[in-house]
Amino acid sequence: MSPLTLVFLIAALAGLTCALAGVFLVLRRIAMLADAISHSVLPGLVAGFLLAGGPSLGPAFVGAVLAGLLTVLAVETLSRSRGIKQDAAIGLVFPTMFALGVLWISASYGNIHLDTDAVLFGDLTLAPFDAWRIGNLNLGPQSIWLLGVAFGLTALFLRILGKELRLATFDPSLAKLSGFNPDLLHFSLMAIVSITSVAAFTAIGAVLAVALLVAPAAIARLYTDSYPQMLKLSAAVGVGSSVLGTALAVLFDVSISGLIATVLGIAFVSASLTAPRRGVLWQAQAQRTTKLNHAIEALVIHLSLHANTSREAEESLLSHLIRELGWTPQWTRDVVEEASRRGLLKENDQRVTLTSAGQQLGRS
Amino acid sequence: MTAVSIRDLTVTYSEKPVLWDIDLDWSMGSLTAVVGPNGAGKSTLVKAALGLIPVAAGTALFLGQPLDQARGKVAYVPQRSAVDWDFPTDVLDVTLMGTYGSLGWFRRPGAGERSRAMAALEQVGMADLAHRQINELSGGQQQRTFLARALVQGADVTILDEPFTGVDAVTEQKMIEVFRSLRDAGKAVIAVHHDLDSVPTIFDEVTLLNTRLIAHGSVAEVFVEEHLRATYGGTLAHIARREKDL
Repeated sequence: MSPLTLVFLIAALAGLTCALAGVFLVLRRIAMLADAISHSVLPGLVAGFLLAGGPSLGPAFVGAVLAGLLTVLAVETLSRSRGIKQDAAIGLVFPTMFALGVLWISASYGNIHLDTDAVLFGDLTLAPFDAWRIGNLNLGPQSIWLLGVAFGLTALFLRILGKELRLATFDPSLAKLSGFNPDLLHFSLMAIVSITSVAAFTAIGAVLAVALLVAPAAIARLYTDSYPQMLKLSAAVGVGSSVLGTALAVLFDVSISGLIATVLGIAFVSASLTAPRRGVLWQAQAQRTTKLNHAIEALVIHLSLHANTSREAEESLLSHLIRELGWTPQWTRDVVEEASRRGLLKENDQRVTLTSAGQQLGRS
Repeated sequence: MTAVSIRDLTVTYSEKPVLWDIDLDWSMGSLTAVVGPNGAGKSTLVKAALGLIPVAAGTALFLGQPLDQARGKVAYVPQRSAVDWDFPTDVLDVTLMGTYGSLGWFRRPGAGERSRAMAALEQVGMADLAHRQINELSGGQQQRTFLARALVQGADVTILDEPFTGVDAVTEQKMIEVFRSLRDAGKAVIAVHHDLDSVPTIFDEVTLLNTRLIAHGSVAEVFVEEHLRATYGGTLAHIARREKDL
């Protein structure tokens, strides 16, 4: 496989794995924990490197995952104590963990080779050359192996524990009473998220992995009210934006991880504007329709009250309506236009009269 | 037969006890209301008995056994506000969650579970809405979904936290019907309840609570001014009036 194909493959695999692992982060409204975990893997990586005496896949991976879990444990312990909410606990724990990693690196910089920038922002272009070797055997890029393991574990986890996770997310009290330990499920999920974050850091960097963990699931949530569809859609968005971001980055010769995260950002903003029912534009339109419906009803009732009375001529003048109903001229115009479009009234020489359909509505 | 037997139950959040040394037996074949002023510890009592919050001291037995051994026989309906109604799922799926306990880890609900869930939805008048998203439900429909979920568990003891709060008249009537059919089948229904006026018309027994247990027994014996005054203090008339207005 050419290095470029491998870059695309790694990006797609990172997108797929993170997007799946992120679904329950979004459903449980704990997306910020992903941020905490992704930063906290740094001291774990350093510890792994130091223990193994150099960059080595296994120890670094295990160290980073343990650091991620330690972070979650610290956040949970703090936020269950009185007086500290979860967001504050996250804000306290991950900078501490991260600082520990930074200090550790700077103190032992001579002994190990660990590129902080690559950890934080990733370097996909180099990933294909970072081969996993056992003796003389070249097993291919480490990222593929790591992401493959993370994907396998995530998919298996969601497959066999989907029912339990959904129950514990929706109603933890019923989960507990049904004999499913919600804390155990929570920490298993966090272990999956930690493994995924660590696996993704070689591809797109620990920090930008957060974008892949959160954005695809959040976008999917805007478009669907069904959990199985949300999983599929999130995976599709994750893969799609990773591939698109990589292609654009190669085209313009800029940072791949930077462009993937940018694509995700743009995708989320467009989704939150245009998604049916949940999108801002859709809601604004729905709100206007409701307001228009009420206004038309008010107008029809007003007209039918004065129909066939001595004041009918005066009351049906547009200028009078503007004054009496307290509407702006523009809004009055919109309401009258919409009402005549619906066949409820006719407009004639600055005067509106109800049609038979309008009269019927006014009486009902 | 005793449905729930609570002994020496004490719960503290900070220094001050929320519940103080409660001894209580709720009976089978009865509709029981747990009543008391705001902050009396009504919800805390049922949550502590069910092991959902830590207790400082005390035990609770369900049908003579610790909860671990009586799991399948006890259903709990939390306050509606306790869950996220924007969760992406529908009415049938929430009802099916009532079968998860008997399924255990890893096994998924099948056709049998599905038909039991539909029967439960039928019983609460929600069968037509089985595929409705839960974020589109009214408060009363949410409560009936929760009740269907409890029914599908086939429990002998059903404990509900404020089931009548914020529901429409149709739902209230449906729920009372279901509660009575459970009672007539010899099962126990225990509900944390808010509205003093409706206690005598709905319930058979009443537990009066204000941090301590004030009184427990049949509505005729216990739901009398002397005990109510002891529960609510001098503010009884005011509270009764206010709760009626709500």
